[in-house]
Amino acid sequence: MSIPVRFEVNGKRVAIEVEPRLTLADCLRHHLRLTGTHVGCEHGVCGACTVLVDGDAVRACLMLAVQADGAKVVTIEGLSHDAHLTPLQAAFRRHHALQCGFCTPGMITTAHALLSQEPHCDAARVREVLSGNLCRCTGYVAIVEAVLAARADYQKNNGPGA
Amino acid sequence: MKSPAFDYARPTTLPEAVSLLTSCEGEAKLLAGGQSLVPLLAFRLAAPTLLVDLNSLSELRYIRIEDDGVRLGAMVRWRQIEDDARLARAHPLLVTALKHVAHYQIRNRGTIGGSLAHADPAAELPGIVVTCEAEIMAIGAAGQRRISAADFFLGPLTTALKPEEIIVELHLPPWPAQRRWGFEEFSRRRGDFALAAAALYYDVLPDGKACNSHVGVMGVGDRPQRLAQVEAMLNGRLIDGDTIAQAEHAAAAAVNPADDIHASAAYRRALVGTLVGRALKRAAT
Amino acid sequence: MKANNALIGSPIERLEDLRFVRGRGEYVDDLTRAGLLHAAILRSSVAHGRLRSIDAEAARALPHVHSVFTAAEIANPVPIIPMRLHPLPELQPFEQPVMAFDKVRYVGEPIAIVLADSAALAEDALAAITVDLEPLAAVTGCGGSDVSLFDAQDTNLALTYKAVKGDAAAAFLDAPYKRREQFSVQRHTALPMEPRGLMAEWDAVRGRLTVWGAAKVPFFNRRILARQIGLPEASIELVENDVGGGFGARGEFYPEDFLIPFVAYRVGRPVKWIEDRREHLMAMNHARECECDIEIACRGDGTILALRGHAATNMGAYLRTNGAVAARNIVQFMSGPYRVPNIDLAASMWMTNKTPVGTYRGPGRFETDFFRERLFDMVAHDLGIDRVEFRRRNLIAASEMPYALATITPYEHRDELDSGDYQATLERCLEEIGWQQRIGRNGKEIDGRYHGLAVSCFVEGGAAGPKETARLVLEPDGSFSVYVGSSAVGQGLETAFAQIAGDALEVPLERIRGVFHGSTAHVSDGYGSYHSRAVVMGGSAILDAAEKLRARIRVEAAARFGCAPEQVELVAGGTAVGPQDKSMAFAELAGDGLSAEGTFLNTKHTWGYGAHAAYVSVDPRTGHVELIDYMAVEDCGRVINPLMLHGQVVGAVVQGLGGAILEHLVYDAHGQLLTGSLVDYLVPTASDFPSIRAQVMGTHPSPINPLGAKGAGEGGIIPVGGVMANAVAAALSKFGVEPRALPLTPPAIWQLIERARRDQRSLGSKIGGCRFSVQVLPSRSEAMAVARHPRPPELVDVPIEEIMQKYVGRFRDRKPDWAAFEDAKIEGYKRAQHRFIGAGGSGKHGDPTVIPAKNFTLSIMFVPPGQGNAPHTHEVEEVFFVLKGYLDVFIEDESGKRLTTRLAPWECISCPAGVIHGYQNDSLEPVYMQVMLGRGKPEAMGYTDDRLYEHRDAHLKAI
Repeated sequence: MSIPVRFEVNGKRVAIEVEPRLTLADCLRHHLRLTGTHVGCEHGVCGACTVLVDGDAVRACLMLAVQADGAKVVTIEGLSHDAHLTPLQAAFRRHHALQCGFCTPGMITTAHALLSQEPHCDAARVREVLSGNLCRCTGYVAIVEAVLAARADYQKNNGPGA
Repeated sequence: MKSPAFDYARPTTLPEAVSLLTSCEGEAKLLAGGQSLVPLLAFRLAAPTLLVDLNSLSELRYIRIEDDGVRLGAMVRWRQIEDDARLARAHPLLVTALKHVAHYQIRNRGTIGGSLAHADPAAELPGIVVTCEAEIMAIGAAGQRRISAADFFLGPLTTALKPEEIIVELHLPPWPAQRRWGFEEFSRRRGDFALAAAALYYDVLPDGKACNSHVGVMGVGDRPQRLAQVEAMLNGRLIDGDTIAQAEHAAAAAVNPADDIHASAAYRRALVGTLVGRALKRAAT
Repeated sequence: MKANNALIGSPIERLEDLRFVRGRGEYVDDLTRAGLLHAAILRSSVAHGRLRSIDAEAARALPHVHSVFTAAEIANPVPIIPMRLHPLPELQPFEQPVMAFDKVRYVGEPIAIVLADSAALAEDALAAITVDLEPLAAVTGCGGSDVSLFDAQDTNLALTYKAVKGDAAAAFLDAPYKRREQFSVQRHTALPMEPRGLMAEWDAVRGRLTVWGAAKVPFFNRRILARQIGLPEASIELVENDVGGGFGARGEFYPEDFLIPFVAYRVGRPVKWIEDRREHLMAMNHARECECDIEIACRGDGTILALRGHAATNMGAYLRTNGAVAARNIVQFMSGPYRVPNIDLAASMWMTNKTPVGTYRGPGRFETDFFRERLFDMVAHDLGIDRVEFRRRNLIAASEMPYALATITPYEHRDELDSGDYQATLERCLEEIGWQQRIGRNGKEIDGRYHGLAVSCFVEGGAAGPKETARLVLEPDGSFSVYVGSSAVGQGLETAFAQIAGDALEVPLERIRGVFHGSTAHVSDGYGSYHSRAVVMGGSAILDAAEKLRARIRVEAAARFGCAPEQVELVAGGTAVGPQDKSMAFAELAGDGLSAEGTFLNTKHTWGYGAHAAYVSVDPRTGHVELIDYMAVEDCGRVINPLMLHGQVVGAVVQGLGGAILEHLVYDAHGQLLTGSLVDYLVPTASDFPSIRAQVMGTHPSPINPLGAKGAGEGGIIPVGGVMANAVAAALSKFGVEPRALPLTPPAIWQLIERARRDQRSLGSKIGGCRFSVQVLPSRSEAMAVARHPRPPELVDVPIEEIMQKYVGRFRDRKPDWAAFEDAKIEGYKRAQHRFIGAGGSGKHGDPTVIPAKNFTLSIMFVPPGQGNAPHTHEVEEVFFVLKGYLDVFIEDESGKRLTTRLAPWECISCPAGVIHGYQNDSLEPVYMQVMLGRGKPEAMGYTDDRLYEHRDAHLKAI
């Protein structure tokens, strides 16, 4: 069975045909070659596959590609620019909030969703939200610091910094 | 861990959904939030021939707070409950318990209908539903029916739903503002399934004594259960230190958990006593 | 090396982050090739069995399936994976074939490989393969068994390492204090966030086999692959892409490292295999499972004299490339940074039907530090010495360096600690954790939780040799490229090496175009990243290459300037200056590119060291441990990038906390892995341990490399198990809880408290505060204790409850017997006997209230003022030991001569058999004394007085 799906990814319209069992994560990575979204467990625990669907952080390995029909999907590529780093990305770099980089796109996407909706969140809330994203390298301390440091930019603009 | 192959349909009406299920003679599975079903498929623990996606049934996304209680459409997501300020006032036990469900990303997709149908013995919502004597409305080939919470959960991951039935609504009885309640859960890490949890409430008589107590526990049996012995013990008494200590012992004695890789039966037994005690302390203060 | 460096030592933001934060890292699963086939591996679902047949025809017939390979289609004999570290001949029989061919020995062992058009279709096809397996009983524990994993071996014991120093046997013989304990650490694993993966392509036209997804030791792996596949090394290229974490487990040669290139070579199409997490948990190296029985000997002041004992490591079904490392490290590093003059330790490696075991960050060191530090806190408590003071007394002083560690056999390997100030890091750690301020809360209950504080010291060995290679290229545009044999697994090598190269070349960071690591194409002879060696080995090789390249640049400039190379000065920033103010930028000298290769050879280790402290609170009702504060202090010699090093330490600490409290790979008795997903295998999350602090000191540069740097990737994990267990023990000291096993999960802690409570109730009081010459018997939560002597026949099989009932006597339960002796009827001899053990001299052997006497009898006599007893003899010795009052005792000879002496409390006389004796209370207060007769049932007294003697038994007739 092959099903047509139409949705938007990082602002661009996509029209493809997929098997029902294809996850959104695999669709993004292999059909659309957006490999920034990573697959770490395929059972909804590690958070490496986090993307935004209609503005909400979602585990792309637990969503079928066919379910994205009509949705606006944003991946780490859509949260990045060639010319410069976003305030959140710069904060991650400044605070050494990544080492191997594998969990990083999921962390940044989740943090971006949180800060967009709750720019005044505190450390406990940041930790609570990020507890759904596993990291094996950093021990999380620097990640939480980076997200807290980036709040100012989200508060300023009442939305994500340019 | 790729899922086995299946067909897929996304009905836009409930009758269409029911008819799809019926035609598959038990080989179809309903897809709501997908947060429990998709991992099962990834581990190849389920191999349905057809997945019926309920996400286009927007009529199942309502939250109604009425005189006869709280009604939640089956496709209401955890996130909606979190965001609904009226619910926090209308049913504080429900909202508090659901704060413990999973993680941020899962809460954006997971649904209450999915949680009820999945029936994990340690899950919060089934526990609340049993504690509060809620009713579940389901629709099938034979029409609509109400199933009381007490009759709904039959065992681990097993409910009274027929293969072609779809949950449409959860109805919680009205919640008086002065009601005393407590919820305590203990899990290994934040968001994990509970090693045990206790949800309870009671109303207070003019003389300060408790009545109408409801004590429910999760994670210590093959399904959530109310502890009748503990309830009987609490009714007609002041909830003071002595009562609480007694209730702890009664709760530990009333459950029969199994050993598993995370905890022994003895531990869970002791834990449920501790949690009932702490929930009562919270309720009483 | 320059005196002042612009880049080394600076917390420079990482270069690799620029792609990682944008999601532009390139991990192996991000790659694709035209015509790619996907592989799925059929793995054994049985832990031990004989493979009778495999039928893959149905699978081969499926559409979209390209081919299926089993051992039969691979080669005869099936290639075996050799050990890379410590490849002793006696270990060879236990090495793993790349695919099971006659037996399966663990759940997860590869049986077949399917190639199909997609990963999903390949996985579908696995179900169509029929395997006929005869199941065999599974061995899951260490120790002798009827069941042999390897038919040609009659034992599952692969090897025993020994660590010996001094003369432990002699030291134990004389030791005033000894304690023996048993400990265990659970099986857990590195769990990098990226599962493994490989892609391989055979280019028949160029005769080139390329493999992507290499990590850690690509050069070594290429050597093995070349031999196994029958191609020259030069025809094989292993490419290292971005790697999502290694921690020692990723990058070793696994079966798939042969299988994937092999099938690509055979079918002539590129093949990709990406491990899923379910596979990962059963296929990637496990680690840490170990139990030990060890004993320590000390002087009364806490000075350690000796350590001895043995450990057993559960190796899983095969010896992996680096499987022997942990066992070796357990015995060699049990002494850690402490002075232990006599050592006799053994570590046995046992093969079992579980996933094979390899190295995981701080292999063997995490385990052995847990054993040692737990033992230290127990010993300090026994001897009444402060735990910190105990450590201070035993830490090796800087003046004692180099300090020889125990010698390891086989391999006759010797190592020594070369430099360091262990007291300094301990003191800094105590200060930072606020030891003085917090120790008052140690063991106390606050708001229902018990607080505990602990500290522990460690050493970290790093920078394993023998060699590393680097190549620097001056590009035509004046930038530099750095190629190095080290492997990046996320530790920031691109930045660290750019810093080192920039300072060595005296150019700013921007002039380093890039650092290219790991792939076999980059340098001629690389070694990789393991044992925390990359910065020291790769960095030092870069220094060598830089010096050589600068020499080449001078030569080039000299040729242009028409002078001697010695007259050319290289000015910081990238200009060559010659006589008569001639100058040229490097770019102008580069031509098509100038390069130089450098190496660094090394036979010694670097030694980082430090101390960790933990402050916890424990909820005794749930067993939950809250880590309120954690402080890690380490001296890592010269620090290249403090931002990155801090991150390494914190990351390692959190992994250690996972090992101490959360992570456990659980097997059942049939060898089935029960923790098969991340729902059951629990790793730390952001909300578990919010407060981890680390401080890195760089006061003692390593003497063995030009950078003065030390390997520092593993120190953060090494002490964590020990310090957390000690903090929990300290918190729960009121309960007498002594953790001896990891992980300390809430149910485990609860159980320890419950057991301790039960033990306290039955004993009546806690046994504690032992002093010298105490030998505490081996105790272990589930095992039996060993009685070294036989019981008397009447007590064999008698339960200890009954023994406790019968063999305890209390004064309040005694009735004074004024008619115990015939002469006691007479005024002047009136006294009462309180019988405790046996009848005393009374002859009243039928008394059921006394403790049965075997070889002596013991009573208390109450002698009022003015009373005594008549002179008499016994057939055995009789002791009078005064407890209260003053007693005149006398002895007489047959001529009637009498000698008297007055006994005060705590004074005694022992009257030998046949010597006439007696006593008299000539004071104004009553006497209580202990009377012991040297026989279980003594005869009645032999009064010297004839009449008394004749009637000596008359009092018994009254009963």
